[in-house]
Amino acid sequence: MLGLNRKDSGLFLLVICLTALAPFLLNPFPEGSELAQFNAGYPDLMQRFMIFGIFAIGFNILFGLTGYLSFGHAAFLGVGSYAGVWMMKLLTVNVVPAIIMSVIVAGLFSLVVGFISLRRSGIYFSILTLAFAQMSFALAYSVLTPITNGETGLQLSLNDPRILGISQTVDGSIPAANFFGIEMRDSLELAMGGWLFTFNAGYYLAAIVMLISFYIAIRIFRSPFGMMLRAVKSNQQRMSYTGLNTRPYALTAFVISGMYAGLAGGLMVAMDPLAGAERMYWTASGEVVLMTILGGAGTLLGPIIGASAIKYFENIFSKINDTVLHGWFSFMPDGLQDFVVAIIHPFIGKGWHLTLGLMFMLVVIFLPGGLMEGINRLRIWFGKRINGRQQAPDHAPATSS
Amino acid sequence: MDAIILQILNGLDKGSAYALIALGLTLIFGTLGVVNFAHGALFMIGAFCAVTLNRLLSLSHEVVDETRTDFLGNPLRVDVPYVYEWFGPDVGATIIDWSVPLAILFAIPIMVLIGLAMERGLIKHFYKRPHADQILVTFGLAIVLQEIIKAFYGANPIPTPAPEAFVGSFDFGALIGFDPQTIMYPYWRLVYFSFAILIIGAVFAFLRYTTFGMVVRAGMADRETVGLLGINIDRRFTIMFAIAACVAGLAGVMYTPILSPNYNMGMNFLVLSFVVVVVGGMGSLPGAVAAGFLLGILESFASRAEVIDIIPGINQVIIYLVAIIVLLTRPRGLLGRKGVMEE
Amino acid sequence: MSKFHISRRGLLKGSAVAGIGLAAPTIFTSKAWASFTNEPKGDSVTLGFNVPQSGVYADEGADQLRALRLAVEHLNGEGDSGMMSTFSSKALKGNGILGKKVEFVTGDTQTKTDAARASARSMIEKDGAVMITGGSSSGPAVAVQALCQEAGVIFMAGLTHANDTTGKDRRRNGFRHFFNSYMSGAALAPVLKNAYGADRNAYYLTADYNWGYTTEQAISEATEGVGWTTVNKVLTPLGAGDFSSYIAPVLQSGADVLVLVHYGGDMVNSLTNAVQFGLRDAQANGKNFEIVVPLYSRLMAKGAGANVKGIFGSTNWHWSLPDEGSKAFTRSFGTKYGVPPSQAAHTVYCQALLYADAVERSGSFNPCGVVEALEDFEFDGLGNGKTLYRAEDHQCFKDVLVVKGKENPDNEFDLLEIVENTPVDQVTYPHDHPQFAGGALGACNAGS
Repeated sequence: MLGLNRKDSGLFLLVICLTALAPFLLNPFPEGSELAQFNAGYPDLMQRFMIFGIFAIGFNILFGLTGYLSFGHAAFLGVGSYAGVWMMKLLTVNVVPAIIMSVIVAGLFSLVVGFISLRRSGIYFSILTLAFAQMSFALAYSVLTPITNGETGLQLSLNDPRILGISQTVDGSIPAANFFGIEMRDSLELAMGGWLFTFNAGYYLAAIVMLISFYIAIRIFRSPFGMMLRAVKSNQQRMSYTGLNTRPYALTAFVISGMYAGLAGGLMVAMDPLAGAERMYWTASGEVVLMTILGGAGTLLGPIIGASAIKYFENIFSKINDTVLHGWFSFMPDGLQDFVVAIIHPFIGKGWHLTLGLMFMLVVIFLPGGLMEGINRLRIWFGKRINGRQQAPDHAPATSS
Repeated sequence: MDAIILQILNGLDKGSAYALIALGLTLIFGTLGVVNFAHGALFMIGAFCAVTLNRLLSLSHEVVDETRTDFLGNPLRVDVPYVYEWFGPDVGATIIDWSVPLAILFAIPIMVLIGLAMERGLIKHFYKRPHADQILVTFGLAIVLQEIIKAFYGANPIPTPAPEAFVGSFDFGALIGFDPQTIMYPYWRLVYFSFAILIIGAVFAFLRYTTFGMVVRAGMADRETVGLLGINIDRRFTIMFAIAACVAGLAGVMYTPILSPNYNMGMNFLVLSFVVVVVGGMGSLPGAVAAGFLLGILESFASRAEVIDIIPGINQVIIYLVAIIVLLTRPRGLLGRKGVMEE
Repeated sequence: MSKFHISRRGLLKGSAVAGIGLAAPTIFTSKAWASFTNEPKGDSVTLGFNVPQSGVYADEGADQLRALRLAVEHLNGEGDSGMMSTFSSKALKGNGILGKKVEFVTGDTQTKTDAARASARSMIEKDGAVMITGGSSSGPAVAVQALCQEAGVIFMAGLTHANDTTGKDRRRNGFRHFFNSYMSGAALAPVLKNAYGADRNAYYLTADYNWGYTTEQAISEATEGVGWTTVNKVLTPLGAGDFSSYIAPVLQSGADVLVLVHYGGDMVNSLTNAVQFGLRDAQANGKNFEIVVPLYSRLMAKGAGANVKGIFGSTNWHWSLPDEGSKAFTRSFGTKYGVPPSQAAHTVYCQALLYADAVERSGSFNPCGVVEALEDFEFDGLGNGKTLYRAEDHQCFKDVLVVKGKENPDNEFDLLEIVENTPVDQVTYPHDHPQFAGGALGACNAGS
């Protein structure tokens, strides 16, 4: 299908199904039930799954294939966001030009940063990208306030000079971001029994863009270019002995992943037209590293899983507070209940970063291939169990599924 | 002229902190070949040792004072520290007042223990893994450590003042013949700078003049050969890790009066210290120290109003800018050796 | 499960219960299913409390949350009813809002624009909040205000002091009870002139972001109005930690007053640095060198310790105020939590009450009705004397306190003393004043 082999087609179809049915899958619990707070099927979070999925897929093209660890990728996302908001301020609130502009600007910026940073490798490369990102953040926060609106963040206002479109609607509000008339925040809600499912226009736009990005990523992974990038990772020196200059390949990968980051930034402002400088801070760059590693660097599906896991934690896990815990353990006697809550308390709610840090460490220590490696190991293990002696277990390396 | 001296002086204390952290980082890298992203967290833990000691010394019990009232008009409950009762109010107050310097003694065993635990429990398993894995696992550890501190101490800066005797500043200008009150330098910063020089000197002397240090240096140069000579180099490297942790911790203890510690101070210093290490040259101890002071002083100069007027925003980016320029013109940093981290 | 958490969609359950067996799905578009966003259909209503629970303003956020919990108790008729008994409007009956029990969800702004907005979005989309309040910084306040405008819910700003919130970034669905930079300048300038004389040279260290810019502008314009000269204005990075390299050159500059336009941790650090560098003991131009902090809070004063003694600044409210409202609030808060409320706590408590009262008076949760009820609303008894919610920019106009770090505090909370209660007329400005120009409220948005 679409030039993919059977295995990749299957994977792609699986991702298509999952994203299309996400509003159902993410809302498994009926409204008002005890477990409803674990539902993730509301537009904001579903959009974030897609957007950060794109960001991580892009990062993975650089890190997973070439092994260059960039600690400054958030800068491209931020630059893309600013470009997107400016398009919406100056041209039109249709999101298409904004997204395209985000990709272009982030691509150009990553070309400059990549051209300079790729002169060095290893930790020197990491520090160079970090330095560029921190400079972008510091300047966006302060000196560039006329362009970025500093701490407040760049947003639409009632007197934007919009060339193709109106500054404000008839009743005096800011026009909403839309895709040829379909407003991003429009939703269709379906109530079935106790369940309620939300189908949000913005989510489906983000999902389609994510699927296209995913498809492109598969093609890159399977192309000769992808092979070349893997060769860069495994032994750059040997590559250069063969007379090949690896830098153009690495730079291309860098720019592609920068454009993915810009795309994510553009989608972010398409869903919510505001760009804040914090999304360029180095911890934001660290977050995409966490996502990719957690899911499994160098795998196709890993980054999406990692991004979704972290965003789920950030938005759902962080909201569990002591009152909720007491509710869960209310069947226990008082003293025991307090004790259990006190034990769990540091790991949930505001402490979710602690859980994330521990999880991340465990993954790096025991599952260098990320959650994907865990899934594969489980599959192989179950495969053994089921097939018993009749069939030798499939030991094929599962690095790229 | 006085302005120049002033900015140099001002760069010294921050430079001292950068130098101390970078020294430890590069020591760990040079010996174990491990990139330790949790080193900033060690600095932070050191600072919280000072906070903890201060709290321990101030442990108190409530006494109701009928003559005074609190904000609701009820009798005031006054906290009386136990040390007041054990040593009398005057000596007790002095002990609490001197909690930051006292915390040095408190921090050394703690930091050594943490260092040993970290190395034996975690870092050891990462000698052979790629640098990227080392960065990632220590990055995860840094998150965990700072979240633990946050769970115990909250997210806000905790003011930890210097002893009364060091409050105020010293008129450096008058001493060297300028008008009085043109070059003022707080006493505590002077203490910090001297302390940093002392520690740096001690580390260098230790490596230079002791047999242990000689073996370590030999091991840094050629680990395999030293191992073949029948010397247990791993154990010595573990001890070096503990020493590096200790240096970072002490840097943190003494920094508390300058910057009220909070849980993510380590991350902020870590990023800058890495820049310092890379500018100085990965694996070069003198490079780390020199680059630490250099960047501290440059940052101080870039903060002058006259400079900001010419290049807006320079105060916020100077360190990164220098890092980029140095890395592009001198790939191995100012004093780096060939072949380090260039795979 | 959480007592505080009932989703708006949960309320559908009642009506849809009959449908379970029949499995007859109902499809709504979000536009058609209610007359305004998150219309409460059951017997409770959800408010969203979006406060910083981590980051530099976590302390203030925690205090706001305490005050908001207290407000919810009082609205639901529990506790001692606090300032509800002194509030001039008597529409609130202590039976929730419009008879619906008040529930709430909380979120963490992290004092970051992006995070604040994401958290508010999830409260609106997931939890069905009809009103968002809280926050301790202007950037997030402006961003969340714009979001609430788009989503069609009411935003009752928390602690936000920059002019922009009700200036160039004002919105019809957003309201600010807190005072602003201009008011600080107008209140401080005369007091400073009396205390330090008209012939002074001021040096500004300004936090490099929006609040810093507007406050620096407001203070310098106001003090220049009483005869001071501005020697220099230097921007300092936010969260610099150590300000020594900015403080050290001050004494050589010919200035004799240092204005620290910093808030929170930055203010604590820069003030501590300034004292360490001996600025308070210094002489310049034959006068004692002085330091001014435009925006004070008790929590900051606590962080800076003895360094704040004798330093002037302005504040929105202080627990030691003698009026009935303040006393009732301090008593109620202090009894429950053992500490007096901060100004951040006070402003969100007032905002919660003002919102509830406006809903009662308009008879509906419809944001447009609430907007109408709040515009040009005059009230008293909430601790700041007679107050007006001006219709043109949704800013509250009330007296402004000028305070000074207390020399001999009676207890650990008694850190600020009130120097002057600047009457409201002195701090009132036309809504199109140059410092506030360039904004428009637009129309009210009820969402769906």
